[in-house]
Amino acid sequence: MIETRGLNKSYGQLRAVADLNMKIEEGEIFGLLGPNGAGKTTTIRMLTMLTRPTSGEAFIAGHEVSRDLDRVKRAIGVVPQHMNLDQELTARENLELHGRLHKMPAAERRRCIAELLAFVELADRADDLVSRFSGGMKRRLMIARALMHQPRVLFLDEPTIGLDPQARRRIWDLVRQMNGDGVTVLLTTHYIEEAEVLCHQVGVMDHGKLIALGTPAELKERVGRFAVESLNGGEAAYTLYGTREEALRSAGHLEGGVAIRETSLEDVFIQLTGRRVGG
Amino acid sequence: MDFYTVFWREMRVFQRTWWKFLASRLVSPVLYLTAFGWGLGRNIRTDSGSYLDFVVPGIIALSAMTTSFNATGNGVNMSRLYYNTLEEYLIAPISPASLVLGKVLAGTVRGLISSLVILVLGILFGARLAVTGWFFAVTGTTCFLFAALGVVAGMTINSHEDMANFSTFIILPMAFFCGTFFRAENLPGIVAGVVSILPLTHTSYALRLLAAAGTIPVASALVLASYAATFFAAAVWTVRRVC
Ligand SMILES: Nc1ncnc2c1ncn2[C@@H]1O[C@H](COP(=O)(O)OP(=O)(O)OP(=O)(O)O)[C@@H](O)[C@H]1O
Ligand SMILES: [Mg+2]
Repeated sequence: MIETRGLNKSYGQLRAVADLNMKIEEGEIFGLLGPNGAGKTTTIRMLTMLTRPTSGEAFIAGHEVSRDLDRVKRAIGVVPQHMNLDQELTARENLELHGRLHKMPAAERRRCIAELLAFVELADRADDLVSRFSGGMKRRLMIARALMHQPRVLFLDEPTIGLDPQARRRIWDLVRQMNGDGVTVLLTTHYIEEAEVLCHQVGVMDHGKLIALGTPAELKERVGRFAVESLNGGEAAYTLYGTREEALRSAGHLEGGVAIRETSLEDVFIQLTGRRVGG
Repeated sequence: MDFYTVFWREMRVFQRTWWKFLASRLVSPVLYLTAFGWGLGRNIRTDSGSYLDFVVPGIIALSAMTTSFNATGNGVNMSRLYYNTLEEYLIAPISPASLVLGKVLAGTVRGLISSLVILVLGILFGARLAVTGWFFAVTGTTCFLFAALGVVAGMTINSHEDMANFSTFIILPMAFFCGTFFRAENLPGIVAGVVSILPLTHTSYALRLLAAAGTIPVASALVLASYAATFFAAAVWTVRRVC
């Protein structure tokens, strides 16, 4: 559904995205994980034609992005990292504008607006100016807007950034529901938990490169499914092992507080990038 | 019809803020009318009647220019650099020409309204003007061309400060030199030459002739139409560049 071939973006000397090759199947929720500046947003902006690639190709629903602009535009919905709602319009008018820009007939617009406002629980605030909305309400409205024209592919750039845990869960539910309706989702995130509970496939990006790709389980398998944590002179350290037996054996040799647990995506991330997410 | 969607959005916002727009648009023309038309100009005689009759078409011209230019210039610039709302149009399946046409028509409407306000004020101040369809056509074309120039500026200038500089160094001098308050021919040689090819000079000249005699200077009308077409094409190009 989404494919990139040797996609590159350079800003002067800086290679924001370097030789990116990835393939996302129809119906998947794909998560791009990576620290600040890894190139996640740049990747999404190239896939949504807001930034021109320096070189390489990108395909969405079988269409090459730069050659088949209009068809790609109709197939995708985009929720960018920053707020870009029209604050001088109401929630309803934002959706109305989007529907008109996508040439939806009036009756269908009305129906979709009502459905989506209910879906993101903003029906009672429909006629308030967006400038009066809270951050979480704006995020939800952005998702509703991206869904207005019933896209087959949805791009979500850090959909839950700055949201409280409840609002975050609410967005996860929304993403799952959309995905259940057949929408392919590409999202970026800093929250490991988000990738873990939501994504079928995870790609780890760092310094513009995709350094790992697989299901959360595969990625954990790769670095070792069991983690042995020890408190060594007040400093926490841990090592990853492929099997429980290995982990147990090594834990036996350690002194002081020792804990064995299953590897998390966070461990994978730190193993691969040498950094914490967002760090 | 995509341009209508873009236009529709602008009018939605305008409906909500028109009184603020009117109030702010009233200030400088009232000052100009008072200072130049009524105060200073009371004792000035021109070959064709009072100075007020002379200056009102000029003030209409300059107001058409500044209002239309600022409407699209600041609107597009802010929406591109600060609010990021331009992205919504860039990712939508509409052509750059539709986007530009919608924005430019909305800027034209604002410019026409502010020109109309000055026309009414001018008449209240006692100016005698012959207002015909051509008068509005010339004013509308002027609004259109400066709204298109506003899109070019808004799309290419990369900070709000530089937008303000553009207004100060390009728009403001035109507001004073292009035959608005005095005849452009009275300027020293080389300046007069430069000023004579600027669009606003032709607007002032055409509006004044129309207001006094009701005849349309064809050459000036053609100059304005070519500026409008050129700036519109340039505006479409600046949008096409980014999407
Ligand atoms: N317009 C630009 N001009 C110059 N450099 C840019 C531009 N946009 C992005 N970059 C650079 O490209 C790199 C990748 O940025 P990008 O925004 O894609 O990162 P990201 O993975 O989305 O990070 P974050 O998690 O902070 O959102 C960064 O080093 C950034 O400084
Ligand atoms: Mg980002």
